[in-house]
Amino acid sequence: MTAVLPELDVDGPAAPPRANGELVFAEPWQGRAFGLVMTLTEQGVVSYDAFRDALVARIAAWEADPPADEPYSYYRCWLQALERVLDEQALVPTAEVDERSAAFAVRPAGHDHDHEDDDHHH
Amino acid sequence: MSDMQPGIDLATRTEALESLLVERGLADAKTVETFIGIYETQVGPMNGAKVVAKAWTDPEYKERLLSDGTAAVAELGFKGPQGEHIVVLENTATEHNVVVCTLCSCYPWPLLGLPPSWYKDSAYRSRVVKEPRAVLAEWGTELGPDVAVKVHDSSSEVRYFILPERPAGTESLSEEELAGLVTRDAMVGVTKVAS
Repeated sequence: MTAVLPELDVDGPAAPPRANGELVFAEPWQGRAFGLVMTLTEQGVVSYDAFRDALVARIAAWEADPPADEPYSYYRCWLQALERVLDEQALVPTAEVDERSAAFAVRPAGHDHDHEDDDHHH
Repeated sequence: MSDMQPGIDLATRTEALESLLVERGLADAKTVETFIGIYETQVGPMNGAKVVAKAWTDPEYKERLLSDGTAAVAELGFKGPQGEHIVVLENTATEHNVVVCTLCSCYPWPLLGLPPSWYKDSAYRSRVVKEPRAVLAEWGTELGPDVAVKVHDSSSEVRYFILPERPAGTESLSEEELAGLVTRDAMVGVTKVAS
């Protein structure tokens, strides 16, 4: 029965607060997506309530009809909610995110180094 | 909404979104990293643990904490995004409170940092409401039939925060030493504080 709480073994009840050593973000992009929302809401670009409403709606939509090929991912919902709010408020149209993502996806490996080379005016 | 593009991973999509935000002057990478750092390191369960330890050692503070959680935690300097409405519930020998957010993951961030992944898991969110005693037992929190169990659903209006029961045998400990005993899980209510 403990399988439903997979973090149980990692989070011993006696662990002091400073040793809550759980990975908050499973992958770095989740941290970026989190940081973007905090930045945008803290700086008043979008309201946290609007984001939260979109997040709740997104999670509810997934739970109402879970796609067979898409396991539940909190931060996927998080990113989708952020995109939706930015699209609705005409700040970043989703079509542009699609376009930019497609462009990034076909970059050759090691693209970061290419940028550095540009900066050095080779 | 339009779903994610097939064949493009979420890391790429996040990077694309960030680059568009940066181009528009709506965000910059340094600020994003600052916020990630704040939540990963500076805001965390140790804040909540300080609140608990003070309440254990200062009866007047405890009274203020239970009557107006938001104001009482602000006395210790804890407030911030998502921390505006905090209601504190006391766990005792006869009453055990546990917190969930059935809608998403509302959580008293300024006190507890980022929510742990199990808190966001749909299994915890649905099961703790239906069978709290069974879920608590899986956490090693066995409660007798004489203990009332209450589940509280956090929302955007109210963030619940648990004041755990002070463990026996801790009379000689300082406030700081007591804070070291308090765990995040006890402040969500899934466990007790061990001495």
